[in-house]
This record gives sequence, structure tokens and C-alpha cells, in this order.
Amino acid sequence: MILLFYLAASVALISTVAVILQSNVVHALLYLILSLLAVAVIFYTLGAPFAAMLEAIVYAGAIMVLFLFVIMMLNLGKRSLEQEKSWLEKRIWIGPVIMATALVVQLINVANQQQSSVSGVEVGVREVGLALFGPYVLAVEIASVLLLAGLVGAYHLAKK
Amino acid sequence: MQSIPLEHGLILAAMLFAIGLVGVLTRRNVVFVLMCLEIMLNACGLAFVVASARWGHADGQIMFLMILTLAAAEVAVGLGLIIQMYRKFHTVDLNVLTQMKG
Repeated sequence: MILLFYLAASVALISTVAVILQSNVVHALLYLILSLLAVAVIFYTLGAPFAAMLEAIVYAGAIMVLFLFVIMMLNLGKRSLEQEKSWLEKRIWIGPVIMATALVVQLINVANQQQSSVSGVEVGVREVGLALFGPYVLAVEIASVLLLAGLVGAYHLAKK
Repeated sequence: MQSIPLEHGLILAAMLFAIGLVGVLTRRNVVFVLMCLEIMLNACGLAFVVASARWGHADGQIMFLMILTLAAAEVAVGLGLIIQMYRKFHTVDLNVLTQMKG
């Protein structure tokens, strides 16, 4: 299980780096789906199977497919591939990589001050369901209102 | 029984977040920027679930569910905006969005 965690973590890291380096949008989306599925495996190894299922079904299965549909609808064409390659020069990476490295070093510094480890307890669907219907029922209602707002907004914004 | 150290999960979340951040800062295509925002949101969800696994309760997974809902609504609205932008400017370059009006 622990080996699976590190394996899935390396797959997630490599495919996420591949996402930001691609010129083709659809290739980047496929790498992102791979990264999301690797994170779903990580959730499973941490003892959170409900979060793993949610990630695989909702995030990789619905949100990324929505991305793909819109890409296919925009129908950018071959001209955009050359355009994309020309936008990706080498020198634009220097500043953001330096800043992000500084951020990551600080976060690693803070994270290494923890001395605890993940408990092996599996928090399954039943516990999450009890918590959703118990203390967090208001959050569920607000999430449904948020989705309604997103639905109406997306419909209105995409209209001609 | 040995178990996964908490800091490794948090470091993984931090690195994924930083990779998404670099993507947002460097790409010029709006769709790529939205995708890298999704990477960042996913990294935050990973941090929540790792923390919840450390304490052994369900609260982190519920927060992850809320983050997922937020990401879904944001992607829907963001893609609607991208469609409008493409209809108006016929490009997905970020740099055409320089004016507030129209």
C-alpha cells in the first residue's frame, strides 16, 4: 500500500509536469486526466475510498470531459498548434519557475516540521454519508445552490 | 505497522500546486490557464484528504466534495466565458483581453 502511494505520487507528478509542457491542448487534457486518476489512487491508499471514487467519476469523468467537449466545439485547428508552439519560448519559464520553487521550498520546510503519519483507518462511504447528513447538511444545500448558479450562469454566458 | 508519513502527502500537494501555478503564469492559451487552475484546485483537495486521513475522520473528504463542487461550477462558467471570448475575438490568446468593456 505504501509502495502504491509513492508509485501513484510519481505518476501524478510526471503527468502534471507533462500537462504544462504540451503544445496540443487535447494531449494536455489527457495527461491531466491521467494525473487525476493517479491522485484518485493516492486517495485510495490513504484510506479514503469515497474521495477516490468522487475524483475518478466527477473530476476526471465529468469536468475533464466537459473541457474536451468545449475544445472540440471551438475547433481550433492546425494553425493553433503552430501558434501554441511559438508562444512557448524557453525564457518565459525562468521567472515563474524561480518563484514557484521558492514557494515549494517554504512549503516543504513547514511540512517537514510535522512528525505524524497517516492513520491506517479507512474512512469509508458510511462515515462520510453520516457526516454529510449530520453536521454538514447545510453545506450540501449550499453546494446545490452553487451548482444551480453555475448552471444558470453557464447557460446564459454561452448563449449567442 | 508503518504508515505513510503525513509530510510526504503535504509535500506532494505543494508540488502539484506549484506546477499548476507555473502553468497559470506561463501559458498564453486561456484553456491551458483554466486547466492549470484545475491542477491547483486538485492539489488543495489532496491536502485536505491527506489531513483527514491523518486524523481518521470524514471532514476532509467532505471539504474535498465541496472543492469538487466549486471546481465543477467554476469550469462550467469559465468555459462559457471562453466560448464568448472565442466568438468575439476568434482567438484564445489571453493578450487580447486588455479592455474591461466588450
